[in-house]
Amino acid sequence: MCSLEKRGNLFILTLTGSDEHRLNPTLLDAIKSALHRVRSEATASSALITTAHGKFFSNGLDLDWAKSGGPEINPRIQLMGSKLRSIVKDLISLPLPTIAAVTGHASAAGMIFVVSHDYVVMRRDRGFLYMSELDVDLPIPPWATAVIRAKIGPAAALRDVLLRSAKLTAAEAAKLGIVESAHDGAEETVRAAVRLGEELLRRKWDGHVYGQIRMEMFSDLLRALDFSENHVASRL
Amino acid sequence: MCTLEKRGDIFYLTLTGGGEEHRLNPTVIASLRSALREAREQSTRGSALITVADGKFFSNGFDLAWAQAAGPGTAAARDRLDHMVSLFKPVVADLVSLPMPTIAALTGHAAAAGMVLALSHDYVLMRSDRGVLYMSELDIGLTFPDYFTAIMRSKVGSPAARRDVMLKAAKLRATEAVAMGIIDSAYDSAQAVLEAAVRLGGELVKRKWNGEIYAEIRKALYPELCGMLGLTNKVVVASSRL
Repeated sequence: MCSLEKRGNLFILTLTGSDEHRLNPTLLDAIKSALHRVRSEATASSALITTAHGKFFSNGLDLDWAKSGGPEINPRIQLMGSKLRSIVKDLISLPLPTIAAVTGHASAAGMIFVVSHDYVVMRRDRGFLYMSELDVDLPIPPWATAVIRAKIGPAAALRDVLLRSAKLTAAEAAKLGIVESAHDGAEETVRAAVRLGEELLRRKWDGHVYGQIRMEMFSDLLRALDFSENHVASRL
Repeated sequence: MCTLEKRGDIFYLTLTGGGEEHRLNPTVIASLRSALREAREQSTRGSALITVADGKFFSNGFDLAWAQAAGPGTAAARDRLDHMVSLFKPVVADLVSLPMPTIAALTGHAAAAGMVLALSHDYVLMRSDRGVLYMSELDIGLTFPDYFTAIMRSKVGSPAARRDVMLKAAKLRATEAVAMGIIDSAYDSAQAVLEAAVRLGGELVKRKWNGEIYAEIRKALYPELCGMLGLTNKVVVASSRL
């Protein structure tokens, strides 16, 4: 499902296997667990790189799993959504810089997961960032829209990503400021993430200060993430 | 006042009343609400709305002449203006919650409330040979209603552009507006804008999006604006198209 390795002060979280890395409860729990380990093992100056094997970074929530429980799919969708929301909160409060090395397609919940990182480097020759929900009749919970809004600036870009289900190549995403840099091939993308990670480590920032500043920067997003929780709970 | 026509999957809303300038007086505003209600009721999966107006103007804003007719500079005139401001707010709410993509095809000037009407659409296409976008309030000596500011903040992304529009009362031709990220695209002529709008509408309806989901995503995209318009998010249940 996912592996966590440490290279010096760099943590590398990899979504393993050559499948679509659909975010089902098992994978989501594994990611949450890995982030928990990162948080507890991080030294004063660390960084996290998240990457994946195969053609897909992540193609979103596991809709097959959602449908396998019978015709009422919403409780399962909400369960996965809620686990992802918790992971997004973890990433925003993580006391170290985070880099997503996007080596394949990242769509819907997969794209939310990617943009929840501080930096995104992406493969140029293959792969899209894509909020596919409209195309498959899936509602986007407001907390997820809040993540996109916190990371994409221009009004037209937001409209294209959310209301037009635009498929963004690395080059297009770079122009919109979502992606730092585009690279040829998966290996070069991961190498670029490592280079960026090492550059950030050289600044010798205090991780806890870094995490605090990030939380302040995204205080609106954190509010949206918390509000949704209460909002949904009140409907139970 | 305005007409609503359906051709295939696309609704065409045409501003006809309010004089040559398509001024937004209470009658025109009521007519707009009625038309949008009809479009909402008749909407199906894969619908879209294109809003147009004939002549030199898309809309030159509220009917200030009607307001002044109550007695220039009087409280009564102010009341009439306030009345139009509050009547128009639900039109903006209707557009922001409309269960289908919306396109404004500007073949003439859009000023003040007219510019707000245009920007309340998801896509704004405009002719480049003629016509300006213009928030005239500063020049006339009026402040902005809160929801006007919210629209500007939601749809005019760059701080410099917002400053030019609101604090400089800039008169923007289409190509400038595109460069500033305020509108989507500019075309050589009125005919070209209309054709482009129909093409864009055609592309969007082909996606066969669920209108309710589309509207919910749009509302979540503009939370500050929705707060001001009294629009809340609904929980939409995912369907079997998955």
